[in-house]
Amino acid sequence: MKEHSVMTKRTVFTKSFLLALLVVVILGGISLFTGVYDIYGQSDGMQMFFITRVPRTAALMLTGAAMSMAGLVMQLITQNRLVESTTTGTIEWAGLGLVLVYLLIPAPTLVQRMTGAIIFSFVGTMIFFVFLRKIKLRSSLIVPIIGMMLGAVISAVSTFIGLFFQMTQNIESWFVGSFASVQIGRYEYLWLIVGITFCIYIFADRLTLAGLGEDISTSLGVNYNRIVLLGTGLISFAVGIVAAIIGNLPFLGLIVPNIVSMYRGDDLRGNLPWVCLFGMGTITLCDIISRTIIKPFEVPVSLILGTVGAIVFIIILLKQRRQA
Amino acid sequence: MSDIAYIDKENRSAGAFRDKKERKKYWIILSILIILGVIAAYGLLVYNNPVPIDSPSFVPVVRRRVVAVIAMLIAAICQSLSTVAFQTITNNRVITPSLLGFEALYSTIHTTTIFFLGATTFIQFVGIGSFIFQVAMMVIMCLILYGWLLSGKFGDLQLMLLVGVILGTGLRSLSSFMRRLLAPSEFDILQARLFGSVNNADAAYFPVAIPIVIVVACLLLASSNRLNVLALGKNMSTSLGMNHRMGVIVNLVLVSILMAVSTALVGPLTFYGFLVATLSYQMVPTYDHKYLFPMALAIGFLILTGSYFFMYHIFNAQGVVSIIIELFGGLTFLIVILRKGTL
Repeated sequence: MKEHSVMTKRTVFTKSFLLALLVVVILGGISLFTGVYDIYGQSDGMQMFFITRVPRTAALMLTGAAMSMAGLVMQLITQNRLVESTTTGTIEWAGLGLVLVYLLIPAPTLVQRMTGAIIFSFVGTMIFFVFLRKIKLRSSLIVPIIGMMLGAVISAVSTFIGLFFQMTQNIESWFVGSFASVQIGRYEYLWLIVGITFCIYIFADRLTLAGLGEDISTSLGVNYNRIVLLGTGLISFAVGIVAAIIGNLPFLGLIVPNIVSMYRGDDLRGNLPWVCLFGMGTITLCDIISRTIIKPFEVPVSLILGTVGAIVFIIILLKQRRQA
Repeated sequence: MSDIAYIDKENRSAGAFRDKKERKKYWIILSILIILGVIAAYGLLVYNNPVPIDSPSFVPVVRRRVVAVIAMLIAAICQSLSTVAFQTITNNRVITPSLLGFEALYSTIHTTTIFFLGATTFIQFVGIGSFIFQVAMMVIMCLILYGWLLSGKFGDLQLMLLVGVILGTGLRSLSSFMRRLLAPSEFDILQARLFGSVNNADAAYFPVAIPIVIVVACLLLASSNRLNVLALGKNMSTSLGMNHRMGVIVNLVLVSILMAVSTALVGPLTFYGFLVATLSYQMVPTYDHKYLFPMALAIGFLILTGSYFFMYHIFNAQGVVSIIIELFGGLTFLIVILRKGTL
């Protein structure tokens, strides 16, 4: 473990934070002006700019913040750095929720889809957490393995349902997260994430205490179960909304908090702005790459996240091994 | 040592079983399972055969079914032996070798083929050459992974597993992206190939697959005693005079060959091996691999032949057998974790 200076006064706006903010703003600017449609030459250029470019960039910022925060809170609650919506099966549960909504309602609205995804990711994440508490662990590395096997079980169920009702290709394309279809009227629910961020910020200290484990947090005056339930609810809300609107964004919630806490330690309130900012920057960068790599077409951003994220994850693991 | 004196002297033994009764029970269960498996296989061959036995088209019809049964046998050998061996090496009875990204690599190979070369080449991507290529690719990747992660002073089995899982996810997102760009017709062809099914098995592979499987399976069976020692864990097996790391690597290579053959032959099966291994631990009251392996084999064969027989001829639901096996395997997985309490 590295030593961290005890910060008595929390100052968010340090020099380095402002610098990082600047970088993210620049990335957002690049994202606004990346695209095939010529917004200067065409007469309706400005209109298109506000119909697609602005919503897309806003969606990128919001989902980047949401997924990395969800990862951070999950890691606190489970006391395990390798946990994230990809490695707990949360995203597969959200997918199952989507499949069932499509099955029960012929042409579901976005709200219905979102509700299904949120409810199922909540149930799934709670099941996983209950699993973890019931089970004695010999190694922290086994947690993501079990989570991913759990995810495989759930996606076997989804595949079964999908194959039975002949909709597998649909399922496949939901699971591949992409911002290509984001435009005015299709992404507004993502703004709810701002509210979730506020909630997490308000409960940050209590979540940090809950991260110390049930015994310690209880003796420090925190209702452990209630806080865990609340944290899970917030995570599921964020993940469910993102799953319904964008799709699966693998590893974002894992690599961002890990890299931040490598430099800054484990104080949730202090790290939260950093995690949000870093998440926004990462996903915006990935999306810019995904839009330019095979111009004029685009690659789903989850491909880039999945491939790059897997590599970064493995590097983090190997680095930990060297330190241990 | 007086507290063991009450054990009946006649029943005491230094063998794998606690007493003669258990040994007898083991052999009875094993033979029942084998008989049931053979009956199911026989049923698959002849039941509901519309062609009378004296008709000239009887032989071709049965030949198709024989191919399917042989594929089931190979899949059963591969999956059951490799899962049991893998769980012993990793000292963990809730994980399976399919975690190591075999199916991800498999689907990546296939998707890449259809993606870059088109559907026509993809359909021609059969035969012994492509089979050996697939198996070799998978084994080479595992060798690199194991050799690298298990070597050096930081060698760690669970780390290797996790890296394998993550690598699998990375490959999966790669191939799923490529599948998205496919035309629906190409997607259909690919999907038919990707889902584990004995109907995909191509008899042309058998001349290569069968000798490989026999040799590797015999090697695994022959190393039963070593596996018994490896099951005791790293420290214990080292003090008993075994080179733990070498033992692990050699066995992992055998496991990866079996998994590669099975995946290339009948497609990915994630939880089938787990189901088989778990059931055989329930049936066998000993840790000796000499007895575990045959039981796992019998159970694996029975599950495949039995479920195909029932699904084909009783429920008439042909396409979904492998998915149902996976579903049951997955549920067993959940139950086992909850009942076990430690990981």
